[in-house]
Amino acid sequence: MRKINTVEIENKIYEMALRAGVNLTPSCIEALNFACEVESGEAARFALETLVDNSVIAHEENMPVCQDTGIAVVILEIGQGVFLEGKSLTAAVNDGVRRAYSDGYFRKSVCDPITRENTGDNTPAVIHTEIVDGENIKITFMPKGFGSENMSKLYMLKPAQGVEGIINCIVETVKLAGSRPCPPVYVGVGIGGTFDTCAYLAKKALSRDIGTANPRKEIAEIECEALSRINKLKIGCQGFHGDTTALGVSCEYAPTHIAGLPVAVNIQCHCVRCEKEVL
Amino acid sequence: MRKFNLPLTETDILSLRAGDSVSLSGVILTARDCAHKKIINILDSGEKLPFELKDAVIYYAGPCPAKPDKASGSCGPTTSARMEGFAPRLLDMGLGAIIGKGEMNDETREALKRNKSVYFAAIGGAGALYGNAIKKSECIAFPELLSEAVYRLEVEDFPVIVAYDSFGGSIY
Repeated sequence: MRKINTVEIENKIYEMALRAGVNLTPSCIEALNFACEVESGEAARFALETLVDNSVIAHEENMPVCQDTGIAVVILEIGQGVFLEGKSLTAAVNDGVRRAYSDGYFRKSVCDPITRENTGDNTPAVIHTEIVDGENIKITFMPKGFGSENMSKLYMLKPAQGVEGIINCIVETVKLAGSRPCPPVYVGVGIGGTFDTCAYLAKKALSRDIGTANPRKEIAEIECEALSRINKLKIGCQGFHGDTTALGVSCEYAPTHIAGLPVAVNIQCHCVRCEKEVL
Repeated sequence: MRKFNLPLTETDILSLRAGDSVSLSGVILTARDCAHKKIINILDSGEKLPFELKDAVIYYAGPCPAKPDKASGSCGPTTSARMEGFAPRLLDMGLGAIIGKGEMNDETREALKRNKSVYFAAIGGAGALYGNAIKKSECIAFPELLSEAVYRLEVEDFPVIVAYDSFGGSIY
């Protein structure tokens, strides 16, 4: 049994949120630089160069890399040997987010879905918890912008549609999104589970570094084939026609029902921001 | 990259073709989802808008708050498609140009052509770079909307690409 005061989690969330708002992940920077080097389209290359310049300015001047500093998505993988003390976990996460979005001069983008009234402090965060083995807490902090979130989709396929059906869903989602989600995109895919777990898996897939393959061979092959077909669409950076429409495709899976094959496709723009830490 | 001062003249607009990279200097006004809804409500009720629409340039954007040493926080474009239900009406009322990102519908493209206006694509995600191109920022309408309010921005060398020109041409 290990005692952790939730104020430690709040402070960690605060630091991670401040860093995430101004920094792209190293794998995203690498992927953008590579896309820039190989791009053959003139307008797409101009856009990619602008994005690379922007990431440097944001980091050096400690400015949000994108003005959409997102809704805060927090994944907490909590060891079952942890005893949490202090204020509620939810309050701790939200307090960390609130302080970071104020101190970081980040945009507050969370509002009531009906009145559209802004909550004013970017809370509440979206908090996912998983109970895992051990006595640590793994925290993943992902600010999620909505230009790309809006282009995401969930499909309930027939089992017979199989792998080809899954790949078609991924490619179709990116194709329908076109220029709107700020391509080149990073595509998170959930395969299997239920309606809800499938969507969560798609989000969680986006916390993986770009370019890493799922350890299961069949899943890694889906990632590879989907990415190849997406980049044949030639939507390109910002929809200006180019060679890189997606920086990567990451899939996560879970067992599903004999009658179904859920597939969730969560689109992330090129502004991949994700901080991970273990407490 | 050709440089233009805002507002654009008719000669400027007629010289622009989809795909041209240009840099803009002058005054632009931010407005996104909620501000557009308010603008349309005011127009529907026959009242006067709190700013001049004729020849104005609307930028689909909602900035981050400015740090004390800056005129603006990060301020890149938001997805234009969400505003395409409003754009043709505003263009018919004399709106000079639009800045945003991503494709818009055929009605908007027709309205740009009909009114000899132009739609510029800013580079989505380049928030810090655009924030630094803003030299002055002032909220001129709907302050209760926070980042979604209408801000009057003075920009210098604001890099954009002509997405839809006044002849119906498109980069997409």
